[in-house]
Amino acid sequence: MSQEETVTPQDDLPRPERVPFFQRLLDNPFLLLFLGVVMPTVFYIMWGIMEIATLPVAP
Amino acid sequence: MAQFRVCPDSGFYFDKNAESLMKANAVAGAVFLLIAGLLGLGVILTRWQEVHLLPADVFYQVLTGHGINALIFWIIFFEIAILYFASSTLLRTRLAAPRWAWLGFALMIIGALMNNIAVLQGNSSVMMTSYAPMQAAPHFYLGLILFAVGALIGCMVFFGTLVIAKEDRTYEGSVPLVTFGAITAAIIAVFTIASGAIILIPTFLWSIGYVGHIDAAMYRVIWWGMGHSSQQINVAAHVSVWYLLVGVLFGARPMSEKVSRMAFLLYILFLQLACAHHVLVDPGLSAEFKVFNTSYAMYLAVLASMIHGLTVPGSMEVAQRQKGLTKGMFEWLRKAPWGNPVFSGFFLSLVIFGFLGGITGVVMGTEQINLIIHNTIYVPAHFHATVAVGTTLAFMALTYLLIPVLFRRQTFLPWMAKWQPYVFSAGMTLMILFMLGAGTLGVSRRHWDMDFTGAMLAFEYPGTAYTMMAVAGIGGVLGVLGGVMYLVVTVGSLLFGKKLDESAGLLQGFGVPLAPSSYTVEQPERLPMAPKLAVEEHGSAGFEAPGTFVLAMFLLVCFVVYYFINWDYLASVWPLS
Ligand code: HEM
Ligand SMILES: [Cu+2]
Repeated sequence: MSQEETVTPQDDLPRPERVPFFQRLLDNPFLLLFLGVVMPTVFYIMWGIMEIATLPVAP
Repeated sequence: MAQFRVCPDSGFYFDKNAESLMKANAVAGAVFLLIAGLLGLGVILTRWQEVHLLPADVFYQVLTGHGINALIFWIIFFEIAILYFASSTLLRTRLAAPRWAWLGFALMIIGALMNNIAVLQGNSSVMMTSYAPMQAAPHFYLGLILFAVGALIGCMVFFGTLVIAKEDRTYEGSVPLVTFGAITAAIIAVFTIASGAIILIPTFLWSIGYVGHIDAAMYRVIWWGMGHSSQQINVAAHVSVWYLLVGVLFGARPMSEKVSRMAFLLYILFLQLACAHHVLVDPGLSAEFKVFNTSYAMYLAVLASMIHGLTVPGSMEVAQRQKGLTKGMFEWLRKAPWGNPVFSGFFLSLVIFGFLGGITGVVMGTEQINLIIHNTIYVPAHFHATVAVGTTLAFMALTYLLIPVLFRRQTFLPWMAKWQPYVFSAGMTLMILFMLGAGTLGVSRRHWDMDFTGAMLAFEYPGTAYTMMAVAGIGGVLGVLGGVMYLVVTVGSLLFGKKLDESAGLLQGFGVPLAPSSYTVEQPERLPMAPKLAVEEHGSAGFEAPGTFVLAMFLLVCFVVYYFINWDYLASVWPLS
């Protein structure tokens, strides 16, 4: 990285003071990642494994 | 030293590292598409009963290779290239951790080769689903695991690049919609790979004797956590490509950023749960599990796809109308650049995905009518409409855009490129339609011999089923021809296409950077915040894209009629009146 970095001004961009909840959710990839992993893990993987695991074994 | 170049034709900025990685991944994808296509020819020529090309053992071997190379290796290599494009190029930032990205690429190559070798050796003809208790050679699973680790590294590099862009403030406001779609794809990929690890690592240990037993039912549930989710990566990725292409081709802006992003959010929250439609008829899972995961969750996800299917052509229509193509319902569509494969590929991908893939998908996802076609050739017909046309053709269209922009070559044999999307989709559509028909008559998928020669429990299919498979065969051959045309154009362009940059030589086609003098930009200008679109402002004035609305209504009518036919058919299979 060179000294020329300053070509990207670090000045503050105008931003509305209160960002709405959904906007904040959509702008946060890591929160989305969390939701996107938890939802199917709970509702599909864990629920599915529980059901298979609790099946009675054939005599 | 300058790290970026700006494409003089498109204005896209390319970070040197990201550029090389995009090229390498895209080319690797194309190589695996070639393998997949050739194997696909063997598959379809065997299913065409009059030709019945391959002996039984080779058929299953070839089918295994076809499924894995097409669905996993081709698509995921290309998607990694898209992730790097959507993060680095679209956000005008350098790529995070390029060395890690190369490591990921190397693992993916090693894994893909290892898996192909296992299949080639003949002891791993277990189909791409590799259901236990069928057992493949250990390096079959190990190859998939290495490939998945490599892809996971690619996703991490993508997320890292998002962080860098945010810190360096290379863009104003929110990330562009295309990048948001790529984020969706990457998120689903993380869940996909995690599910894959949960099931494939124990299965690998089982294949080398460390684990005694893999439960068949458990395997199916968890495997489909990976298997279906990976299809949602594809949907998210090719929808993003659609948005990108309408933007580049027409300067179209999303009709509503909010609605489109909410639709992607529905994918993140619900589409993965459609995994359950693969275990719809499995014993051992409760009705509650099936109803929740396939009905409620899946319909929300389907809703998301319908939103994209409406807003993508809708935004194109709005852009075209603003250019004055306002006559009647469809002038905007009639006067579209039908001779440009970037457009025709994109539009055919959209239409075939929506009409064939979407409608059959909802039919299959409905538990009751699923029973008519479960495990028939209807199922491969459905997913060739979604992945083999929807995703693959969208990626092909993107390739035509990237040949000049990323590879700095002119398209080789432009007339062939012009015809390619039509030949490919005509062939595939023919194959899909007739495989749907044959499936409704009960023709099995993954089945070598429709005649049941010498079988103890034989079954005689009606003559129409044979005819349908023969027409499907002709369509398949045409589809393979379309695939070959794609590869002739792309490989030909890299080898013989006129150079748009003097230093774009042979090796540059495979990932070597251009001459240092091509990189002239130290740090790209900050990406400005997208201006609000006129449509969004007078939102209540009615839908701005009447032509698209008519098309959507037509889709709905087709769906309703077809849905009714299937229920009616179900009633006649089990006489209920
Ligand atoms: C280019 C021409 C293609 C032809 C002629 C073709 C033909 C076929 C046929 C006939 C089957 C079903 C065989 C059976 O179940 O008995 C099949 C399976 C499959 N195809 Fe294709 N295909 C083509 C391209 C593609 C592409 C581009 C993709 C993915 C991107 C793809 C992915 C698959 C998958 C995942 C299977 C399932 C394999 C299995 O059941 O394990 N195909 N293909
Ligand atoms: Cu699925």
